[in-house]
Amino acid sequence: MYNEDKLDKILSSYQNWEDNKIAKLIEKFPERKKTFTTGSGLEVKRLYTPVDIKDIDYEEEIGYPGQFPFTRGVQPTMYRGRLWTMRQYAGFATAEESNKRYKYLLEQGQTGLSVAFDLPTQIGYDSDHPLSEGEVGKVGVAIDSLKDMEILFDGIPLDKVSTSMTINAPASVLLAMYIAVAEKQGVTTDKLRGTIQNDILKEYIARGTYIFPPEESMRLITNIFEYCSKYVPQWNTISISGYHIREAGSTAAQEVAFTLADGIAYVEAAINAGLEVDEFAPRLSFFFNAHNDLLEEVAKFRAARRLWAKIMRDRFKAKSEKSMQLKFHTQTAGSTLTAQQPDNNIVRVAIQTLAAVLGGTQSLHTNSRDEALALPTEDSVMIALRTQQIVAYESGVTETIDPLAGSYYIESLTDKIEKEAMEYIKNIDNLGGATKAIETGYIQKEIQNSAYKYQMQVESGERVVVGVNKFKIEENHKKEILKVDPQVEIVQKKKLQRLRQERDNVKVKESIDMLVEKAKTDENLMPYILEAVKSYATLGEICGALREVFGEYEQSVIL
Amino acid sequence: MERPIRVLVAKPGLDGHDRGAKVIARALRDAGMEVIYTGLRQTPEQIVEAAIQEDVDVVAMSILSGAHNTLFPKVVNLLKERGVTDRLIVGGGVIPEDDIPFLISSGVEAIFTPGTSTKDVVEFIKTHVKRQ
Repeated sequence: MYNEDKLDKILSSYQNWEDNKIAKLIEKFPERKKTFTTGSGLEVKRLYTPVDIKDIDYEEEIGYPGQFPFTRGVQPTMYRGRLWTMRQYAGFATAEESNKRYKYLLEQGQTGLSVAFDLPTQIGYDSDHPLSEGEVGKVGVAIDSLKDMEILFDGIPLDKVSTSMTINAPASVLLAMYIAVAEKQGVTTDKLRGTIQNDILKEYIARGTYIFPPEESMRLITNIFEYCSKYVPQWNTISISGYHIREAGSTAAQEVAFTLADGIAYVEAAINAGLEVDEFAPRLSFFFNAHNDLLEEVAKFRAARRLWAKIMRDRFKAKSEKSMQLKFHTQTAGSTLTAQQPDNNIVRVAIQTLAAVLGGTQSLHTNSRDEALALPTEDSVMIALRTQQIVAYESGVTETIDPLAGSYYIESLTDKIEKEAMEYIKNIDNLGGATKAIETGYIQKEIQNSAYKYQMQVESGERVVVGVNKFKIEENHKKEILKVDPQVEIVQKKKLQRLRQERDNVKVKESIDMLVEKAKTDENLMPYILEAVKSYATLGEICGALREVFGEYEQSVIL
Repeated sequence: MERPIRVLVAKPGLDGHDRGAKVIARALRDAGMEVIYTGLRQTPEQIVEAAIQEDVDVVAMSILSGAHNTLFPKVVNLLKERGVTDRLIVGGGVIPEDDIPFLISSGVEAIFTPGTSTKDVVEFIKTHVKRQ
């Protein structure tokens, strides 16, 4: 970005500074550490100068917001046009309880919904399944059938809100329920806006709520891509997630690499299923983590955008700019929250919020201070939402686009993370792609190594976690926390029993039989799942039928 | 030479958060113990079966979904029913302080919450293991 003469001058003045100012000084006053690193362990230099970014071509690599390679943002005006969507992930106990929380959040100025389902729902079991014992309504809302979904969105007009659903293996069933509720509200599918996570690969890698084997799962996913491109055109059909990969302990560069490698696998699967890249790619979205190392995170988001744009253009020959735009949701890092002195977490979340916003996120969930202890209370959720609003309306960082661009450090780090991620993607390609790399345990092993290294650094004190390994105090742990009433499980089981008595069981059987029949063919299963849902077949019955045909995924346990 | 301590690291329930379980498993192994990790989604019955089959001295369970009050005591009770009472049982995860007394009284001998050093877990197991 600079001419040779100028660079030579800078290089020599920099050397001069190192020799005359620094060398003598650190003899007397050594720096705090021998080497400095980012939160992910990348080495950080004392000072960055134009020399560090001399090979970066502004037009090619940085460019303009809303233009290839989208390093500076996917929208032309970014937050000057519209702020990001403030979307708090919520849901617990029953549909009735969660419906109340959603209405409360909407009243508080939240601009989109984000549904958390309990684990039985995420794994396709009804609340009365033996494996559901103790889990019903715990980490999210229990949804057994369309009945529950009707209650969950009661009084919430589905043409007015956008809804994100963290659902993966049974995503097609929950999407079908959402469509059926909309129909009952008189809302046509073309008006529906939202996202389903629908990202099975990262479930195998890091999150664990898988049901079916890879091939069958990929089929369900591409069925959704195809169905939505025709009937639910505004729906984001997948949220390719690095969040959980990072929570599992990966570095920032690994988060980018493994997420984009998963993305490549989905694009390939869809193309193999006969879809046109520009038909489905604009509806792909991403989901990343925001950690404490503010500048590394900002660089990470920028690197991810640039790399995805190049992959879509060069590898998949996408023509539409929309196919090349990496749009993403961010959540602050749950794994950085401490059970010790939990109010400190408010500050961590504020830093992570800044990282997400300076990194150009499209939507954001901020964690609550008490999440290392339990599900958040209403008061804690309020502070978390207010944190976003303070960054949005008071901090000033939203007034110009990508304000950290041009920083010698940020640009150099963006480049470094992109290169490291490309290296990983190359390795994964050599192993035969993301699915293969998961089956052999390569990706999991890489993440586990990073997680272990991090833990050892915390335990040696090399890495400071305030309140945990430094600045500790004696604490009175009597904090107010949210508890899910154990009655929820009983209530939910009763509701289910009643449903099974009241519904038309002949119709249920017919729709399930039909689904089983079609599952054995190549047909798109979405219309048949929708029929089953409308007959009030339960989630467990639908997934159970598909389990019969598809079988179940066997985790490869690697230590 | 003394026999190494054998530990079953187990994930009861449905949650997939296994970062902690895997880090602990590796730390115990680095401390010279023999470690068997069950993988995800184990029922209490499966955990008890594995503990007996593998003849472990310690059962270390991890839950982050909130199902601990149901599942931890169930493992303890199933072991008792099988006549196994000389094993050290510990648990960890996102577990509220308020739940700990109940879990301890039901036979889980220690609950390790977020922020615990792996060294403390190793130390606790070494000093509390019952069979030698």
